[in-house]
Amino acid sequence: MTNDDGTSGRAKITVRDLTVRYGEAVALDRVSLDVPEHRVTACIGPSGCGKSTFLRCLNRMNDHVRGVRITGEVRLDGHDVYAPDVDPVILRQRVGMVFQKSNPFPKSIFENVAFGPRVHGERDPVRLRELVERSLRQAALWDEVADRLDRSALELSGGQQQRLCIARALAVEPEVLLMDEPASALDPIATAKIEELIQELKAEYTIVIVTHNMQQAARVSDCTAYFYLGRLVEFGPTERLFTNPSRPETEDYITGRFG
Amino acid sequence: MTARYRRRRLVERLMFGATIAAAATTLGVLVFILGYLAYQGATSLSLDFFTRLPAPVGETGGGMANAIVGTGKLLATAAAIGIPIGFTGGIWLAEYGAGTLAAAVRYAADVLNGVPSIVIGVIVYALLVVPVGHFSTLAGGVALGVMMVPVAIRATEDFLRLVPDALREASLALGAPRWVTIVRVVIPAGLRGIVAGLVLALARVAGETAPLLFTALNNRYWSPGWSEPTASLPVMIFTYAISPYEDWHRQAWTAGLVLLVLVLGANVLARAVLRRGMAMR
Repeated sequence: MTNDDGTSGRAKITVRDLTVRYGEAVALDRVSLDVPEHRVTACIGPSGCGKSTFLRCLNRMNDHVRGVRITGEVRLDGHDVYAPDVDPVILRQRVGMVFQKSNPFPKSIFENVAFGPRVHGERDPVRLRELVERSLRQAALWDEVADRLDRSALELSGGQQQRLCIARALAVEPEVLLMDEPASALDPIATAKIEELIQELKAEYTIVIVTHNMQQAARVSDCTAYFYLGRLVEFGPTERLFTNPSRPETEDYITGRFG
Repeated sequence: MTARYRRRRLVERLMFGATIAAAATTLGVLVFILGYLAYQGATSLSLDFFTRLPAPVGETGGGMANAIVGTGKLLATAAAIGIPIGFTGGIWLAEYGAGTLAAAVRYAADVLNGVPSIVIGVIVYALLVVPVGHFSTLAGGVALGVMMVPVAIRATEDFLRLVPDALREASLALGAPRWVTIVRVVIPAGLRGIVAGLVLALARVAGETAPLLFTALNNRYWSPGWSEPTASLPVMIFTYAISPYEDWHRQAWTAGLVLLVLVLGANVLARAVLRRGMAMR
């Protein structure tokens, strides 16, 4: 099936008229788009354009912000995630998140990855060990930490910490992975590893990534959404958006004339 | 230009000298107190001081074993009251507290912290001593416990606030409910700081005398249980220091030395815990 924006694949998340206000300020203004399943969707735009706010609406992390008002619809597999009977705790098991700044817990590497499964009731030590190994392998970190799982996660390098945070998110076995500028604090080599990882993960997960780096968006994503001043300016297949944008504002931004 | 530069340099040096002088004074006072106490108190410092009861009036010798145990029991009671209330209250303030209620609690804690300790003693006297008809370890412990609460509450809140929000978000994003996040992530991350803060709160009330004067009173003998008056190091110091006996004066100095070492030891311990906490395991 082909969507109106030209991307193929089923829509995993559908967003309709999503508006977010922080007090009087409008952070997102009637945003509508479909996030295709098993694809990487990149959100780009200058600082303060609302792309992070958009991302944080998808797993309801904005619920914790004081004075926030959210209207419109976010549907995951057709079910409204803001419906009154939806527990954000359950939602976040299905929609995992990786943050801009790696934020491992001050615990051991093992405990970091095992945290999510433990919270969701996994007690069996054998299962936990399997889950931790599988998640670390998926995050391409296993070979580097296999012999020191009981060491503090804070001893790892920045890039390793970020991959640990990805492993930690994967251990919960989510369907969607949200990444908020996951490589912005990393050096080029660590960034390349994360990008490679994203490519591998999309076979199993639906990924939405916020990035400041347009080359990165071009490299890793299948679809790109360009946000400006809280509005979704353009959304479409990455290749088309970067080679032949339909809106002049998008072209100005991606050619570096502004932003 | 050079005149201005010279003036600036002069002012800079003067101010720098002033800060050094202030720091040296602070340190000097502590060293002087410690030294003078050691000089005066060490003469009566012996095993007897820790193991024997006070000698009958008129005789020399004896010790303050009952006051040392009494202070321990008073502090244990104070901790049993002050730590649970301060700890849980601090968690609420840091993690849930918002709006006017939290502001009111914070303000109340600050006011309570500023209430003169003797006033707290009088209130506990009216509520716990007058109705039962006698002084007790319990009443003294409650008075100290009440004094601990505001310090403990603010210490807990402050150290929980130092835990980065990124950790809370990481836990919530993994689908952990709020309370699980607090219990399994936030509190462990801030625990060393909190423990240090609570030890400091306990050390602070350890030397309080005024609230004990008409709650725990004093006792020249052992005080079994919690319902009888008890000796304590601060009240012993007060009683012995204003007595007319030379030997009691010497023992008051010794008691002062022991008390100061206890409080100082708690401080050093708390700081050691805190420093290891900063290294984050």
